[in-house]
Amino acid sequence: MSRFVPLLGFVLLVALFGFGIWWNTGHDQHEIVSPLINKPAPAFSLPVLGDETQHVSKQQLLGKPYFLNVFGSWCIECVHEHPVLSEQVKNLGLPLVGFNYKDDPKDAAAWLTEHGNPFDRVIVDRDGRAGIDFGVYGAPETFLIDGKGVIRYKHVGPITPEVVEKEFRPALAALAKEGG
Amino acid sequence: MIPELGQFALVLALLLAIAQGVLPIVGAWRGNGALMAVARPAAAGQAVFVFAAMGILIHAFLAYDFSVAYVADNSNLALPWYYRVTAVWGAHEGSMLLWVFILNVWTVALAALSRHLPQPFVARVLGVLGLIGVGFLAFILFTSNPFLRELPMPADGGDLNPVLQDPGMTFHPPVLYMGYVGFSVAFAFSIAALLGGELEQSWVRWARPWTNVSWAFLTMGIVAGSWWAYAELGWGGWWFWDPVENASFMPWLVGVALIHAQAVTEKRGSLPAWTVLLSLFAFSLSLLGTFLVRSGVLTSVHAFASDPRRGLYILGFLVVVIGGSLLLYAIRAPKVATGKAFAALSRETGIMVANLLFTTAAAMVLLGTLFPLIGDALNLGRVSVGPPYFGFLFVLLMAPAVLLLPFGPYLRWGKAEGRQLTAMALRSGIAAIVCTVAAVFFAEGRLRAIAGVAGAAWVAAGTLAYVVKRWREMPRGRRYPAEMAGMLVAHFGVALFLIGVMLSESLSTERDVRMAPGQAESVGGYQFRFDGVRETTGPNWRADEGVVTVFRDGTPMATMHPQKRTYSRGQVQTESAIDPGLFRDIYVALGEPMDSGDVEGAWALRLYHKPFVRWIWLGGLFMMAGGFLAAAERRFRAKKAAATAGAPAKEQLA
Repeated sequence: MSRFVPLLGFVLLVALFGFGIWWNTGHDQHEIVSPLINKPAPAFSLPVLGDETQHVSKQQLLGKPYFLNVFGSWCIECVHEHPVLSEQVKNLGLPLVGFNYKDDPKDAAAWLTEHGNPFDRVIVDRDGRAGIDFGVYGAPETFLIDGKGVIRYKHVGPITPEVVEKEFRPALAALAKEGG
Repeated sequence: MIPELGQFALVLALLLAIAQGVLPIVGAWRGNGALMAVARPAAAGQAVFVFAAMGILIHAFLAYDFSVAYVADNSNLALPWYYRVTAVWGAHEGSMLLWVFILNVWTVALAALSRHLPQPFVARVLGVLGLIGVGFLAFILFTSNPFLRELPMPADGGDLNPVLQDPGMTFHPPVLYMGYVGFSVAFAFSIAALLGGELEQSWVRWARPWTNVSWAFLTMGIVAGSWWAYAELGWGGWWFWDPVENASFMPWLVGVALIHAQAVTEKRGSLPAWTVLLSLFAFSLSLLGTFLVRSGVLTSVHAFASDPRRGLYILGFLVVVIGGSLLLYAIRAPKVATGKAFAALSRETGIMVANLLFTTAAAMVLLGTLFPLIGDALNLGRVSVGPPYFGFLFVLLMAPAVLLLPFGPYLRWGKAEGRQLTAMALRSGIAAIVCTVAAVFFAEGRLRAIAGVAGAAWVAAGTLAYVVKRWREMPRGRRYPAEMAGMLVAHFGVALFLIGVMLSESLSTERDVRMAPGQAESVGGYQFRFDGVRETTGPNWRADEGVVTVFRDGTPMATMHPQKRTYSRGQVQTESAIDPGLFRDIYVALGEPMDSGDVEGAWALRLYHKPFVRWIWLGGLFMMAGGFLAAAERRFRAKKAAATAGAPAKEQLA
């Protein structure tokens, strides 16, 4: 019977991939990409990159909407999205907060020197605890958090210019309409 | 009009692939010579139309035909012609066309070089390759058509990802695919053997040169990819364990196991079922790699959501090809599996142990790559395992392989004698100890460097001792047949690779520094003087270019020009400057100006000194050369002639 073992192993793999496809289509970001959408962002107080004695908390960021971008120096896709982040997203005019996820702050600082630093400030989540509260799947991910500290929108995966036009702008427009 | 011809060519290729996939296999089953004879002309026809489609897509890029959406997305007026050609495989649709293109290169080569093989066997092999072609051509036509129009036509296109605008990228994908797709030939041989229930093992001898050549191409592709990542990503790293790299590494690991298992089966008739299974695994992992990379199931959820049809299609295709072949194996393996027994201490056992280590390593990489997905499935959240997992387990699995490697050639087939092995172990052991003691002085207590030197000396001494033994004991002309020479070269490459990895990982120094013009910093015994930044331009970019002069003991060694390029569509890309050397690389990457308004002022720079890093790729190139060399073995050709004459293949005891 041992000759059926490879086939059985493969059946398990297919089940896993089938699940992956179902999960990814079922978790389309327009629908339920995060159960936290339209819920208050989790409370956090994290050290600032470069000066770990200083902390930034959720309260300090209240008052004005901002983008929170999850990145890490170990993340290849982050390199790909970086130019878009530095140009198109930056041009949207909102503060950009970097969320350095599961990374060595030294590597992160070097990475930002290397590729350029589009962030207004960068907070460090070294062990990924705060990431769990935010429901981070991996890097890169980008949250839009409004002035009241509510998560309004989340994008999973690298940002492309198309995503900025078709998703970020509408999300911002919705935010502006509500405010005005 | 021309792009429509490309699409039409793909449709015709698909129809011919169906003919090539169905008729010869039916013919071989029914014993119908006319149907079997369809295989070659159909394969040639499919190739003509696929080559035409490829040519038309290249033409569309060269002619700036932005009415083709794929061309408009991946090129623009400013892109130089050579990058417009390579832009063909710069994104999904074109990569898939490249896949089919290379499948056809292999199929045509096989059709041309298999005239002496029995007709039913060739019919089955070409048939299986035809069916694979059907799968990919249908995938292209239904979900990933590179010839779709975009109207109205944009005046100018987007851009090829700047990361891909590098000489390394021009030949990395085609070479890698030559390897990936080449495993389809070994796969087709195995399926044909299972279908035909070949009782004798002659098919393994026919398959061996093809497997060795594909593996050598795969090695070259991985080396090129690693070199490209090192030079282009500006990070000084050469391997990242990221899913795309793992996708090419898994078939490579299984390929190592496969080429050794094939040697056992061909020469000794042992382990035939295992060899069949490994050929299925090697190609399955190539397909799986394509699935993982192309479906976006791992890397980015977004790419997937944009077109779930692609992922579903590939998954269906995987089920048919891999599931079908494993089912066939389960049903037919008893017919093929009449392996000869061997003693516990024999070359067969040695190869079997190495095989298990390499397949376990491949399984370990697969598990690590799929971990995020498993995490989702078991509701653990998205857990990624990074380099620590891979680094630890991989070293754990490969250390015994390195330890056993020099014994390989000394082990006799069937039953080995312990005496020769102890003699070998003694010599290599002494060499390793001497080198280790030397390394202790020179590596200043860095354990990894010392371990690397010890391992490399052990492997190199064992391999060279065998070279000497053959020289002494064998008559001229019979000392190093191509197959053996290939084995020795590749094993020696392992020693070089070990040196490269262990020494560069442990002895490299890097510094992030802020440097004003005229200022000098010292790294790894070299002095780097920053001479300011000037502006420069290329065909489709402008750049800030730093000038760094490197001194050793006061004498200038090199002037380096790291760049920070801005491409025509605003993407920023760093080009690191590398001063290569056999014993060390000097690597400089330009960061940001400290004061963004003041380009004349101080800049952030990364300075690296990387001893022996080049040996990593040198080792890889030796392994590749070994693969090509072994494929040139005379016996592979001589025996084919015997098969033509209808003589039963005699057992070879070399």
